[in-house]
Amino acid sequence: MNKFFARRFVIQGIFIATAIVLLTRIFYIQVVSDQYILSANNNVLRKILIYPARGIILDRKEKILVQNEPVYDLMVIPREVKPFDTLLFCSLIGIDKAGFDKRFKKANNYSPYKASIFEKQLSAQTYAKFQELLFEYPGFFVQNRTVRRYPDSTAAQFLGYIGEVSEKAIEKSEGFYRQGDYIGISGVEKSYEDLLRGQRGVQNLMVDALNRPKGHFADGKYDTIAVSGERLISSLDKELQKLGERLMQNKIGSIVAIEPSTGEILSFVSSPGYDPNMMVGRQRGNNYMKLLNEPSKPMFIRPIQAEYPPGSIFKVINALVAQQFGLINENTVFYCPGGYSYGRGAFMRCTHVHGSVDLERSIQESCNTFYGYTYNRMIDHAGMRPVNAYKKWREAVAKFGIGDRLGIDLPNERKGLLPTDELYTKRWRSDKWGSSFNISLSIGQGELGITPLQMANVMAIVANRGFYYKPHLVKAIGEKKVIKKEYTKRNSAGITFLHFDPVIEGMSQVVNSPGGTAAYSLIPGIEMCGKTGTVQNPHGEDHSVFVAFAPRENPKIAIAVVVENAGFGSTWSAPIASLMVEQYIKNSISRPKIYVDRLLQANLLPGYSSKAKKPKVPSGQKPDSSKKDTVRTKAAPKTSTGK
Amino acid sequence: MNNQRSPFFNVDWIVVLIFLALCIIGWFNIHAAVYNPEKPSIFNLDTNYGKQLIFILSALVLGAVILLMDSKFFNTFSPVFYGITLLLLVLVLVIGRNVGGNQAWIPIGSFRLQPSEFAKFATCLLLARYLSTNNVRVDDLKTKSISAAILLLPMGLIMLQPDTGSALTFFSLIFVLYREGLSGYFLIIGALFIVLFVLTLLFSKLFVIAGLVIVAAMLIYNYKRKRAFVTTVIYGFVISVVFIFSVDFAYKNVLQTHQRNRIDVLLGTVQDLRGEGYNVNQSKIAIGSGGLWGRGYLQGTQTKYDFVPEQSTDFIFCTIGEEWGFVGSFVVIGLYLFLLLRIINIAERQRSPFSRIYGYGVASILFFHFFINIGMTVGLVPVIGIPLPFISYGGSSLWSFTILLFILLKLDSNRMGII
Repeated sequence: MNKFFARRFVIQGIFIATAIVLLTRIFYIQVVSDQYILSANNNVLRKILIYPARGIILDRKEKILVQNEPVYDLMVIPREVKPFDTLLFCSLIGIDKAGFDKRFKKANNYSPYKASIFEKQLSAQTYAKFQELLFEYPGFFVQNRTVRRYPDSTAAQFLGYIGEVSEKAIEKSEGFYRQGDYIGISGVEKSYEDLLRGQRGVQNLMVDALNRPKGHFADGKYDTIAVSGERLISSLDKELQKLGERLMQNKIGSIVAIEPSTGEILSFVSSPGYDPNMMVGRQRGNNYMKLLNEPSKPMFIRPIQAEYPPGSIFKVINALVAQQFGLINENTVFYCPGGYSYGRGAFMRCTHVHGSVDLERSIQESCNTFYGYTYNRMIDHAGMRPVNAYKKWREAVAKFGIGDRLGIDLPNERKGLLPTDELYTKRWRSDKWGSSFNISLSIGQGELGITPLQMANVMAIVANRGFYYKPHLVKAIGEKKVIKKEYTKRNSAGITFLHFDPVIEGMSQVVNSPGGTAAYSLIPGIEMCGKTGTVQNPHGEDHSVFVAFAPRENPKIAIAVVVENAGFGSTWSAPIASLMVEQYIKNSISRPKIYVDRLLQANLLPGYSSKAKKPKVPSGQKPDSSKKDTVRTKAAPKTSTGK
Repeated sequence: MNNQRSPFFNVDWIVVLIFLALCIIGWFNIHAAVYNPEKPSIFNLDTNYGKQLIFILSALVLGAVILLMDSKFFNTFSPVFYGITLLLLVLVLVIGRNVGGNQAWIPIGSFRLQPSEFAKFATCLLLARYLSTNNVRVDDLKTKSISAAILLLPMGLIMLQPDTGSALTFFSLIFVLYREGLSGYFLIIGALFIVLFVLTLLFSKLFVIAGLVIVAAMLIYNYKRKRAFVTTVIYGFVISVVFIFSVDFAYKNVLQTHQRNRIDVLLGTVQDLRGEGYNVNQSKIAIGSGGLWGRGYLQGTQTKYDFVPEQSTDFIFCTIGEEWGFVGSFVVIGLYLFLLLRIINIAERQRSPFSRIYGYGVASILFFHFFINIGMTVGLVPVIGIPLPFISYGGSSLWSFTILLFILLKLDSNRMGII
């Protein structure tokens, strides 16, 4: 012990202070801050996503419409690449030296250490050739992926396509999608994306400091397996669809066929179409631009996006609504002097002088005069102000699914147009207008816009005598064949059962009586009930429309066919519809080959010689009159045709 | 006096127990740090954990041998040990093997001897002997000079290897000198220089000097009556300014790039998580991921997958931190603190100044290693590659610390005798 003894406490104090400083620091980084544990997990854990196979899509008979096909993405880790014979390499995968340099630079810019895609979607053949030589190219490897394949090249607009997910969609998905993922962009692929994409699996791999895998984290406790996407059974009949597409080749227009008893869409043709395989694979980008720039707009989904004034087929609706209002019945007769006069000098011409016309004949012969009077009764003589009567009429028509989306399971369906009373009040700057101000509506012209899907749905209503099921494209989901509840709900059109009798009788006459407007389309052995229409087209030749259902008793199919720029409904649309109906019901076609060939070979694209499309009508069957009827309205003279 | 008694009588068994505890903690953590799934047994002699067991066992033998020796031996032969060590330090510069940039190893068979480790206890012994000589007063300039020479000679040789970390260890012996009468100003000045050093590197020179001017002005204003104090302040100010400039100069011209980088990273003036900052960052991540209770033995992912370099040697504390959490860290630091305080107690109960001075030397060297090593793994001090006593992997360091400690135990067991 000496005089500096007390200094031991200074030294011991320093030791204790130091230990406290260290412990405080350690306490901070271990217990207080959670930054380090996160970094530790980042260090060690690698989440590997396992991509499930996308769900396949079948037709109603469970034949494959879309399946998956393996492709091989060539990946590269730039840092691991060693010099090699680029020329041979390039020729193997079919690129040139400049392309090689560009791709390599891109990959290197992304990350020299991480794998990035060097070339997408090598075919199985290329891969087979390449695989043998792969060992000579360190840093390159091949990753399997699947792409969509359409064995029958059919129903492109219905099925839609998939593509790499956009930045916006990634953001919207809140982290579900990642750069480079595929997502449904249109059609069923889009509307059923949630079901088709399946569930991705995650493997939590642990890696060491050199990024070498070291096994599963917590023995795979937190790993999940990928679950394949659901199998969708669509309502489509593949054979019918293919026939429809063949019949519509070189024509612009749509076919929509619905099974009235379920609302299932049997055929969904949008013409011109395209081969869905074009939207897959390495040429996808080029093909897409080509399709986008095509003047006939193959990417336009006509059955749900094209809106037409329906023309004469609208008479069916007016006939039903007027009966429901109690303003006409099957015995009501109007006199047709060759047109309907509605005010000083205003005259809506009819195709013929029909004389006394009853309800049934008015449908069969498509008498404009009859519907002029009928509409006049509904609006001007309904016991209320015409504006209100119009509102009531509009409401009744809307119940047929017109003027609003039917809610089909496809994206981008259009509403169509069913004008409100405000439109006319605004136009005439007064609400004191009457039937004569929009008399065109009586025969389906004027401010109406109806999509082919809506037309077919109206036929389903008539076939069912008063109700419809929401039209849909996917019949059943998954192995258990789940049917969505909304598709089993009956929607009433608000028309009493009995009122359909005279209308259906008239529609039957349209096809089955020699004087009917579509007698040429008679199907042997099947009583098809239909209605022709001609849609006035201010830009060129009129559009041909035909709607129908068959057979009359216990209907199996309701159909709408629109062929643009094809003239009368009876000329093109009706025969096409008749073939579709026959194919669907009988599974064969009994009409002579020349009949079918005429339809198959006709080219009705705009600009194509119009002479070629004149039908050869068998003798004894009289073609429709080609006279145009004119409607003049008081303030703004406009023309429209009723047929 | 106690000739008929066992040589292990009077040994401070508490210190021995702590020593054993630290060795075993080290062994298990080395097992975790360099765990090889193909050779899972902790007794597998092909692995570093197996080897460490041999080192520990041989260290025990070494300790027993020291306890069996005559305690006078160490005092008497301290100049010889010192001389041999210096010779080895010269020799290593000639025939040594260069590992990781340091010419610090003399290969002997399959083992490698690190003379700088043994220089620690040799220097301690000689310093103790010199300062315990009659009529030596630390306050004398001559004493200071000779003490400094004893320290600087091995330091200089070690710097030549160059092994800065081991060389810096000798600075810790300033505690010994302080205890023996060195003015407290040296500690304060030392602390002041460290503060100035850090400030100079963190901020511009001008700011630091401006700050010093303000502090000096305030001191002079407050104590203007005391002339002597004013003079001291002025001297202090001038020396500080000179120091600042020399720090700046030394930093830019004397320090090697990697040393400069380590300091930059520590001070946060440079963010470099891939280069120099990698070790410390990964080390902090490993320790930080341990949480309160740790991930459990052999469960540390950072440890197991080699994210931290030098994990079994200089960064062994990461394994402790990750697998045993704050609780484990607390226990280890507690053991060290207890050991250090115990050593001071032992030193103070010696009758002979030699034993006391040596005891302080042991405490100082262990303290320096303990503080710098753990401080570096948690990012409190720059990366200085020195081992954690008794825990880090390596024969030389374990043996040298064992010798260091057991000489003290031997001296202590004989404290009633006359040396």
